[in-house]
Amino acid sequence: MTAGLLGGVLAADEPFVRWDWVSDHTDEIVEALWQHVQLTVVAVAIGFALALAMALVVTRWRWTFGPLAGFAAVVYAIPSLALFGVLVAMPAFGLGFRTAEVALVSYTLLILLRNIVAGLDGVPPATREAADGMGFERWRRLTAVDLPLAAPVIIAGLRIATVTTVGLVTVAGLVSAGGFGELITDGLGRNFSTPIVVGAVGSVVLAVAFDLAFVVAERLLTPWARVRVRRP
Amino acid sequence: MNESLRQLWDYLGSDAAWSGRNGLPALTWAHVQISLASVLVAAVVAIPPAAWLGHVRRGGFLAVSVVNIGRAIPSYALMALLLPLSLRYGFGLGFWPTVAALVLLAIPPIFTNTYTGVRDVPEDAVEAARGMGMRSGQLMRRVEVPVALPLIITGLRVSTVQVVATATLGALVGYRDLGTPIVTGFTSGEKGGLLAGAITVAALALLTDGLFALAERRLVPWRSPLGRAADVAVIPEEAPALISTANPTGKGQTR
Repeated sequence: MTAGLLGGVLAADEPFVRWDWVSDHTDEIVEALWQHVQLTVVAVAIGFALALAMALVVTRWRWTFGPLAGFAAVVYAIPSLALFGVLVAMPAFGLGFRTAEVALVSYTLLILLRNIVAGLDGVPPATREAADGMGFERWRRLTAVDLPLAAPVIIAGLRIATVTTVGLVTVAGLVSAGGFGELITDGLGRNFSTPIVVGAVGSVVLAVAFDLAFVVAERLLTPWARVRVRRP
Repeated sequence: MNESLRQLWDYLGSDAAWSGRNGLPALTWAHVQISLASVLVAAVVAIPPAAWLGHVRRGGFLAVSVVNIGRAIPSYALMALLLPLSLRYGFGLGFWPTVAALVLLAIPPIFTNTYTGVRDVPEDAVEAARGMGMRSGQLMRRVEVPVALPLIITGLRVSTVQVVATATLGALVGYRDLGTPIVTGFTSGEKGGLLAGAITVAALALLTDGLFALAERRLVPWRSPLGRAADVAVIPEEAPALISTANPTGKGQTR
């Protein structure tokens, strides 16, 4: 109607989910799943690399935290559809994977930067001094002491960033980047609820799967956290 | 880019941009209306039970789960799912699927921040109030909720900014707001309205955030014992598996 993306009114006898459509389109659904995973993983990986670099700058020059976090917060407040819209309007981007990634990466920065900085801040000064005393150089202390100790908080940030990104990728379907969003957009366009249900359920299941994967990863990466002193 | 900017300039110079129900003022007003309605409903639904759970200091797991589940459900998918149902049961296009999805989006931050704020009211203050003879209801109304106010406002702030941003997606299910020219731009290739809508809605989201920052300063001039309100916007970071580990907000570590 207004949008020009919506189809006619759903027929009254149309079932909410047509299982035969699902079984006929498994290839398409698996492809959407794969694209969705790709879009998410690439965005979080690039976002993590950028946020880590920003966090290292912050640990060195503390005053940069305000401006960097402020910038990330402003980006975070921009509606995804608006950001996609502006990017699509630029000749350098247009429709597709790259446009989607630029927007998705931008949205991961705030959460990741805040958590990496909070994680590094949480490393006990005594531990740090002990590492310095043992002759660890800056880089070695970072990789062998600071980052492992900050891992739980960093992974918490990665979990949130990843789950949020899985949700945002559904909107990326509008810029023809693929993923479950394209199934949803397709369903809306034809007023056919089955692909909408498949796309919605698919992205929720994927978000939960990523979340669980991080829980497992955290247990594996921080074996010491499992050994706890029992409190009386 | 020049071509897009020229189209934006032309669009801004046209009458269509400023008058009628597809003009920017009408679209902005519709955007504000649906956002306010959604946040109000969410606040009415979320604050009382959250304050009560915080008061009895129970339901921490629920507070965390609400946030985690809320985050996993994408608003666009939810609106798209609600649209066929809304059409079938006579609620029509646009408004209802959008409002329903926005209310569900707005509940988690308000719920969690209210819960945490009330639960973490310093024990001394609660004891003192009880010693003065306050009953549960009075204690909540006159001590716990006022002390938790900065956090509650932060919850409202997070929710409102998210709702203003996400209301844009309502255009995809037929609600006419600032998302409409963006979506029309996607399908027609007309960049003027697309850019105008995108810039206006981004400005609206940032303005909302700024207004809340101002309101926080005005309404809560005293310093909360819970720390700076803005720090706690990240509370949901505490996922069930992480409760025992360091808190990313830094909250609680200093105690």
